[in-house]
Amino acid sequence: MSERILGVNASIAASAATGVTDGFVLVAKRDCQTCDLVQPVVRELAAGPRTVAVYSQDDPTFPEGVAGVRDDRALEVSFRLAIETVPTLIRLEGGREVERVVGWQRDEWRALTGVNSLGEGLPAWRPGCGSKSVEPGIVDELEIKYGDVAFQSRRIEIDPHEDEIEAMYSRGWSDGLPLVPPTRLRVHRMLKGTARKPSDVLGLLPPDLQPITVEKVAVNAVMAGCAPEYMPVVIAAVEAVLLEPFNMHGVLATTMFCTPIVIVNGPVARSIGMNARGNALGQGNRANATIGRAVQLCVRNVGGGRPQGVDRSTLGTPGKYTFCFAEDEEHSFWEPMSVERGFAAGVSTVTVFAGDAVHGIVDQQSRTPESLARTFALSLRSVNHWKLAQGADAILVVCPEHERTFRAAGWTKARLRQELDGLLQLPAEEVVRGAGGIAEGVPAAALGDRKTIPKFRKDGLLIVRAGGEAGMFSAVIAGWGASGAIGSTPVTHPIKD
Amino acid sequence: MELLDPTSEISPVRRARKAPPDRIAGLTVGLLDISKPRGNVFLDRIEQRLGEKGVAVKRYRKPTFTRPAPNDLAQKIASEVDLVIEGLAD
Repeated sequence: MSERILGVNASIAASAATGVTDGFVLVAKRDCQTCDLVQPVVRELAAGPRTVAVYSQDDPTFPEGVAGVRDDRALEVSFRLAIETVPTLIRLEGGREVERVVGWQRDEWRALTGVNSLGEGLPAWRPGCGSKSVEPGIVDELEIKYGDVAFQSRRIEIDPHEDEIEAMYSRGWSDGLPLVPPTRLRVHRMLKGTARKPSDVLGLLPPDLQPITVEKVAVNAVMAGCAPEYMPVVIAAVEAVLLEPFNMHGVLATTMFCTPIVIVNGPVARSIGMNARGNALGQGNRANATIGRAVQLCVRNVGGGRPQGVDRSTLGTPGKYTFCFAEDEEHSFWEPMSVERGFAAGVSTVTVFAGDAVHGIVDQQSRTPESLARTFALSLRSVNHWKLAQGADAILVVCPEHERTFRAAGWTKARLRQELDGLLQLPAEEVVRGAGGIAEGVPAAALGDRKTIPKFRKDGLLIVRAGGEAGMFSAVIAGWGASGAIGSTPVTHPIKD
Repeated sequence: MELLDPTSEISPVRRARKAPPDRIAGLTVGLLDISKPRGNVFLDRIEQRLGEKGVAVKRYRKPTFTRPAPNDLAQKIASEVDLVIEGLAD
């Protein structure tokens, strides 16, 4: 436990907490066989000439036969003394702790107290029991109650008669679904999920360009329902959307559909239990659901980005609640997207992509990679509009049964991409404005004298593998109609502790 | 319960009251009788005074003063008038 949380120099903590300057402090609990064993020893010490302050963590009538046992059921003294095991015996001199013994060790107790007959007849050694102050969950509560845990965020008092869920709605913090109340205890626990300092500023979050600290991320992650171990992923995703090429302001402000989609690669996805398999793009997995939601809530609450405000989306997309999933690396023969995008295998990353909704690709008949690639190309052509090119990026999410066809033929992701690049050379005469009786299309000036135009800009097609083992159903996720340098470029960013 | 503010804290903790209009001429004013005795006497007089100033008035009545206004009444008032005067006590 750090001195930051204890808030006092450890060597004087015992004296400050107990009022004992010279003598002994003993901390014990009835629910401990070793404490029970040493009851006669404590009685002998307490009857002696030295000051002995005896604290009981669970029952002030224990140890029996000792007068003036101090009640530490609130565990304040145990916390301030950083007790991890009971019994713990501490010797103080001149207001400073000079020595402590943990558990029952007869020779050590005798040396510490100077009473050489102590514990005659007892076994020489018995291990102690866990202090109640370090039981799971309790330590966080004690740190909040008695420690020196500081928060930069202002505190908002909710009236006892006010429903806290309703209070959060009325303050406009919610995306429309209920939020977990961000109490100091929950935020404190959330911050334990990262090694970053709470005060670290990740950047200025659009649209209000307000500083977003690790602590503000934690507050919003609590509200989103995250577990503390998701914090490094949430932080990396927020950092990624803040990078200039992603253009978070534009992604939010556009009248188009898009929203940050978060794709996780590397071992972290498995360690926090993300879903990359059946229903990977759907509901039901806490990490997928809440990491994406936390990013959205940061943009809403810290950035100030709200529908009818700077968020001008005409229709929006359900992914604006949350859209986060992991690539299925474990069962894939393809290299992970993070490796394709320049990171070493085994490095955990987030990739943020400004994208729309999921559009399914049904192909239950293709058994050759050539046929399946043509299916993919046809579906990818629909991104934004069949007659538009170079505007939007896209993600192709390939399901396991489709990947199997490429695997059998030895087609890597790069080979598939090469095939798709060829298939997605759109004939100029089909896509020019006015062709097919449709006014929309590529301007003639943009086509020049070219006979074809690539559907996607260079590096504008991402390929990931995800999904359940059954079903020949892959998917297209269309990107923002202003992808690339004029709008948003996908960003891959490493996840750190 | 005490919560930590998830926002950038550029607005005050206590939400500001909606600013009152500079003038009421041209607005529609709702008069809400909460069903307390003699509330109608007070509101009749207000209606008369507002009428003299040329302000449009609409009258509403809650079924009982012991409970908040039913949703349909609150929504009806919000959609029909610019401000509301309520007779709160007898």
